[in-house]
Amino acid sequence: MLITRRVEFSASHVCSLPTLSEAENWALYGPAANPHGHGHNYVLEVSLKGEPDAVTGMVFDLKRLKEILNQTVVEPMDHRFLNAEVAPFDRVVPTAENLAREIWNRLQPYFAAGSARLSNVRLFETEDVFVDYAGGAAE
Amino acid sequence: MMRLTRRYRFCASHRLNSADLTEDQNRELYGKCNNPHGHGHDYAVDITVAGTVDEETGLLLRLQDLDSLIGESILREFDHRNLNQDVAEFSGLVPTSENLARVIENRLKEKWPSHFSAGSPVLEKVSLHETKRNRFELRT
Repeated sequence: MLITRRVEFSASHVCSLPTLSEAENWALYGPAANPHGHGHNYVLEVSLKGEPDAVTGMVFDLKRLKEILNQTVVEPMDHRFLNAEVAPFDRVVPTAENLAREIWNRLQPYFAAGSARLSNVRLFETEDVFVDYAGGAAE
Repeated sequence: MMRLTRRYRFCASHRLNSADLTEDQNRELYGKCNNPHGHGHDYAVDITVAGTVDEETGLLLRLQDLDSLIGESILREFDHRNLNQDVAEFSGLVPTSENLARVIENRLKEKWPSHFSAGSPVLEKVSLHETKRNRFELRT
């Protein structure tokens, strides 16, 4: 069974590479390369996979999941400028893809043991664009 | 594996009527959708691509590349059009959402190689929303 919890955070970012010119960054990232930054209301959906516990009837305690998400994602990222305030985005471009991988990596240790496993991270950058990441080597 | 899904919208009219059926049969089968004057929808189509993230850019693909492909092969020809009359595939095909999803998939698959090089993300899913209550999904 899959259980999914949704949280939201609002943050600003700039997508550009220091090795590229402004024109090259614009060609690659579009308006997201604006050096002054811009922001999104990110929506994060985290899915866990497991079987309901015979006693509690739960795959995972959703209150606990909420605490983990708040502690690892919402508190460090909400109302922040990702490039300046949230590592590793001082050196890694904070694209939606990289943000989803970073969130996966932050959450993974909480679900390495135990019956509920991290199954999918879905990150909406806007209502019309989202990425899904389910882990995987060499990515 | 990373997946990215982007939603596009277009507004179009259509009429569901099969040349293989009688007038009564068409009215019976398609109901209000058989109205001879046609009717329209605000369609939304979710395009999902899958692949690996470029380690330098942090991107699965450039969104502009996907936008230009969808823009020129779908939106430009479907938006504010009459599907039966304005879209070649529907001259002999009923523009149900099942068929419309398939037409979108075929058009994207045909043009994919000229927009994305080998090793780039692949088209994984086309999900067409005819209204907020009806969704048609194709895994390609």
